[in-house]
Amino acid sequence: MKKKPLTSLALVLTSLGVLSACGSTNDTDSEVNLNHSDGTREDVTIEFMHLWPQGSSADHNRIVNQIIDEFESMHPHVTIELEVLENEQYKNKLQVISSSNQLPDVGMTWPAGFLEPYVNGELFAPLDTILDDGLRDEFVAGTVEAYEIDGNTYALPLELNIAPVFYNKAIFEENDVDVPETYDDFLNVIDRLVDNGVTPIALGNRDRWTGSLWYMYLADRIGGSDALNSAIDRSGEFTDERLIDAADKIQEMVAHDAFVAGYNGLSDQEAKSEFMNNNAAMYLIGSWDLPNFTTNEEVPQDFRENVGFFKFPEVKGGDGDINSWVGGAGVGLFVAENSDVKEEAKEFVSYFIREWGKHSVEDAGVIPGTQVNTDEVDLPDLFIDVLDELNNASNITLFADVQMSASVAETHLNMIQSLFGNDVTPEEFTEAHEQALSDED
Amino acid sequence: MNKIMSDKKIIALYTLPALILLLVLIYVPIVLTGYYGLMEWDGIGPMTFIGLDNYKTLISDSLFWNSAYHSLLLAIFSVLSLIIYLAISLVLASQIKGADVFRKIYLIPMLLSSVAIAQLWMRIYHPSNGVMNRFLTSIGIENPPLWLSDTSLVLFAIFVPILWQYAGFYIIIYYAALRNIPNELVEAARIDGATPFQIAYKIKLPLVSGIIKVTIVLAVIGSLKYFDLIYVMTDGGPNGASEVMASYMYKLAFRTNDFGYGSAIGFFLLLLILLVTYFIRKLTTSREDNVQY
Repeated sequence: MKKKPLTSLALVLTSLGVLSACGSTNDTDSEVNLNHSDGTREDVTIEFMHLWPQGSSADHNRIVNQIIDEFESMHPHVTIELEVLENEQYKNKLQVISSSNQLPDVGMTWPAGFLEPYVNGELFAPLDTILDDGLRDEFVAGTVEAYEIDGNTYALPLELNIAPVFYNKAIFEENDVDVPETYDDFLNVIDRLVDNGVTPIALGNRDRWTGSLWYMYLADRIGGSDALNSAIDRSGEFTDERLIDAADKIQEMVAHDAFVAGYNGLSDQEAKSEFMNNNAAMYLIGSWDLPNFTTNEEVPQDFRENVGFFKFPEVKGGDGDINSWVGGAGVGLFVAENSDVKEEAKEFVSYFIREWGKHSVEDAGVIPGTQVNTDEVDLPDLFIDVLDELNNASNITLFADVQMSASVAETHLNMIQSLFGNDVTPEEFTEAHEQALSDED
Repeated sequence: MNKIMSDKKIIALYTLPALILLLVLIYVPIVLTGYYGLMEWDGIGPMTFIGLDNYKTLISDSLFWNSAYHSLLLAIFSVLSLIIYLAISLVLASQIKGADVFRKIYLIPMLLSSVAIAQLWMRIYHPSNGVMNRFLTSIGIENPPLWLSDTSLVLFAIFVPILWQYAGFYIIIYYAALRNIPNELVEAARIDGATPFQIAYKIKLPLVSGIIKVTIVLAVIGSLKYFDLIYVMTDGGPNGASEVMASYMYKLAFRTNDFGYGSAIGFFLLLLILLVTYFIRKLTTSREDNVQY
């Protein structure tokens, strides 16, 4: 999912210039390393491309470099050659170099819909052999599957997120409302807040996937985890009564003024700042924002102490389970199919995944795809609570726009915006989805 | 020096770098875009030749025509706004006090990057904290418009910064052209008893008509291929209400991975712009012949 839409244009515009300048910086490093090699094995270089530059993702970057240093000292004949790009640039470059078949040996990809064209083009190598070495058991159930196509796994996840409803405890207390457990309670909370002149929910629906989270939860609580999934994988239909009902409930929330004014024109970033400036009581977002609500020193401490979260409320009469979450794997590591150092690259990926799992939560606030033992890590309570919920999750439904192919996802996202903007009826909303999905077959 | 410059080989050598850059960065991609437009291609896997199918889709694609309509509106507004810029330049060029300061003030938006302008105007339009709506609430309007999320408003809300961004550019061009008019002509007219309005309309305007034509072409082309502020401020939304041709093309190619169709739109856009430029040239040339000096 894209988290920094505001800066993306700048990145796109500068990418051309930067692309040409990258790649040459590590030449000197590799020469130095050649001298360290033991000489018995042939020296190899693994090209590794990632999207966590030192400037914007300092912690991520440091952990990556640390893991690379360790791996290189354990394997003196291997040199890792790095190329680091910002998120949006990275996506563009990956696309460009893949069409000329010049992918790095190891790189990062997103699951499902993003992955598909690369797998269809036979550009990524299956990684099941690494998983069968016992690595599979270390992952949280259901995460690796997001990278599975036709029974093979083409990448291994580094990130895992679920989306809780974060809320401002102080605002809840001032307005004398409790954490809602059912959808009806939820509407009461919203009405109460609106009556008191408080904005109930911060939503940046310009980015569209943010609104999609709300729809997905309602669909899940009404129809259970299979209603939406089966509509997308075509074992069911999108015109399902339960999916219409979920769309109807979105418009009901809109009618109750649940969302911040102008939500369809606000970016997620702007909505987040409404929540973080105590201007809105609730905010539904992925757990990737946890550092902002816990450890980030730049955020005022009294705000951070006020943030709590709750599970999306149940809908009366619905088939949903309150322990079912919307979320899923983020970026994962792939190995290029035509890499000439495939074995070493796979070994590196396997090592990287394990080491990343040990450090990422504590040092960078990133929940890894592998299981985290919450007794062993030193983290703020809010973080631990979310991790525990993750371990207790009955189901994690992958973000709809990630699950779908790119063009269906575009229809879905547009429809989400229209639904929230009352430009379509719930029936038109589901029919448009059905149409797009059946066109795809 | 003159001797060197007359040597054909040297001339060739000096123009070569620019020529190569142009070829590699502009003309080759144009040809390739035309080629990709005939393919079904996700940008990653193998391509399949499908002939003109992408263009057939294009003709019946209501989303595209919707965005084309928005681009057309932008072009119309851009051209209309030229009249205002021209009026401002006429005032500035008539040697009023402080003309130089005003000229610089008008130019400032030109110096800002589009992304900065977008950020600035997003703050102005912010539904609750924005300057605009704070002002409106302070004078007693209870539900001020939600500029960027109201589908019927967003397009016009976004035109304002786009036009504002280029105002200085056109004013500078007009100002320079007007200042180049020989003073004797204006003096002579004044002696003959022409009013300031007559001087502006009958003397100055015809003399800068060549420049006006150029700016019309620039404004139309610029509008038809306009992309950046829209991409940053609304991303074409909500629900496609501020989508223009270029942002639609970007979306198809880079978001939905439909590079074939995206390229077809890009190529169509190029043809459209060439055609429009040709017609504007034609229209304005015939009018020039009728102008009596």
